[in-house]
Amino acid sequence: MFENIGEIILLFWRTMLALPLAWRQRQKVFEQFFEIGNASLLMVCVLSFFIGAVIALQTGPVLVERSLSSAVGGVVGISIAKELAPVMMAILIAGRIGSAMAAEIGSMRVYQEIDALRTMNIDPIHYLVLPRMVAIAVALPMLVVFAILVGWFGGAVVADLNNHISIPIQAFFSDLRNVVQLKDVANGVFKSFCFALIIGAVSCHQGLATIGGPRGIGRSVTKAVVNSIVIIVIFDYVLTRILLK
Amino acid sequence: MNDATNNHSGVGLQVSHLRKSFNGEEVLRGIDFEVQPGEIFVIMGPSGSGKSVLLKHLIGLESPDEGEILINGESIQSPEIAGKYRMALVFQSGALLNSLTVGENVGLYLSEHRLKPPEEITRVVEEKLEAVGLKDTADKMPNELSGGMKKRVAIARALVIEPQLILYDEPTSELDPLSAAVIGREIVKLKQRIHVTSLVVSHDRDLAFGIADRIAVISEGRILTIGTPEEVKQFNDPALQKFLHADFQHESP
Ligand SMILES: Nc1ncnc2c1ncn2[C@@H]1O[C@H](COP(=O)(O)OP(=O)(O)OP(=O)(O)O)[C@@H](O)[C@H]1O
Ligand SMILES: [Mg+2]
Repeated sequence: MFENIGEIILLFWRTMLALPLAWRQRQKVFEQFFEIGNASLLMVCVLSFFIGAVIALQTGPVLVERSLSSAVGGVVGISIAKELAPVMMAILIAGRIGSAMAAEIGSMRVYQEIDALRTMNIDPIHYLVLPRMVAIAVALPMLVVFAILVGWFGGAVVADLNNHISIPIQAFFSDLRNVVQLKDVANGVFKSFCFALIIGAVSCHQGLATIGGPRGIGRSVTKAVVNSIVIIVIFDYVLTRILLK
Repeated sequence: MNDATNNHSGVGLQVSHLRKSFNGEEVLRGIDFEVQPGEIFVIMGPSGSGKSVLLKHLIGLESPDEGEILINGESIQSPEIAGKYRMALVFQSGALLNSLTVGENVGLYLSEHRLKPPEEITRVVEEKLEAVGLKDTADKMPNELSGGMKKRVAIARALVIEPQLILYDEPTSELDPLSAAVIGREIVKLKQRIHVTSLVVSHDRDLAFGIADRIAVISEGRILTIGTPEEVKQFNDPALQKFLHADFQHESP
């Protein structure tokens, strides 16, 4: 899976060079952006609510038992903002949007639509890759902000309702506010921005590299998702290490 | 706007010693020919003989292993060439963008390169669609069209470019004889009107002998013969004669 890293970086670089053309392609950027929102907002909501809930459920009773109940809000708040929301949402979006990008571009490749673009002097990077990259790079961080808030809320609800925890919602959030700072949220959002670029670059590259018929498209989709997720998880460690100080 | 070369005249094409292999299998085995500006040059040959691959080389979608392609004496590999001459390929499959409407497909070149204002593009699109007999289809999606209609949309999309060299890959393969005749006439009209150089790949003997200035017959990656339709008909080669005269009755088992 790493044999294509060079090509992926090259595609990414060429997309960055095309960035000044993004305004010209704004129509397509908006289309992609709304498609991403449309396709994933509900799932983001459900997923992050339950992630928050389960973290509260796992950590709450342990902390309360050791009379550290004031730490629950902070633990849930930090783990969601800095780690769980960015990574889980990136994985969700890789599965939901990365796959669609690879499938769409892959089928355009297989059915010679990309060749047709090239004969018209239309660069597939400008026309296809750039709008998708810009859209996902904007959409994913926004989704993550949303996911963080919903995740906190999920954690607060469980902390309040669960008999083994029983921390009122106000107390949960005031504990959370004592621990979580704006820079922690910014940290998570920044990570998600990097993950978005990974998903975009890997999926578009995979789409463009599709060979063979419909089966080739299927292979590309699988590879796009799996490779995105693996690279995201590796990058997550690297970024976390860099952002530690 | 790329109007430096807006002189409506066809370009000359020279192909020499063109060779190409895919996975060790030689598809083009040394192709040589020349097409004069404004000529209609038809390439015939059996299925799998490398005609589509040849066209892809001519428009720069494939690069040759050996040999050279010159447009008005300049190598097609040189980077400026794309901006200098307008060329179009009508794909065998049509290759319309499935996510765009017919009208958007036809107008894509103009809208993407910002060559004309939107109202003007709509007008040009209507005009070109009408030329291929597809009035009022601009708002349809490609998957609502038949194979032959898609092909005609692809031709309209190529016409919009106002090319100086237009390559048709089997323009009539999915059309009934009547529509095929319309396309044939359109190819000739286009040549007369804007003096475009046309390269037509076709199995359609009526079309080939009806419109061609010259015909090349290609077989197994080599050119068998080149000449005017009369010369090709006279050319004494059993394989060629069999290809030209094959029909259901006379085919021996
Ligand atoms: N991208 C490719 N990779 C591998 N082989 C290819 C590729 N493109 C074409 N070929 C091979 O080249 C040969 C010629 O193909 P081509 O499409 O040019 O035939 P053709 O003359 O256009 O036939 P038809 O009349 O059926 O369209 C075929 O054997 C095909 O398998
Ligand atoms: Mg062919």
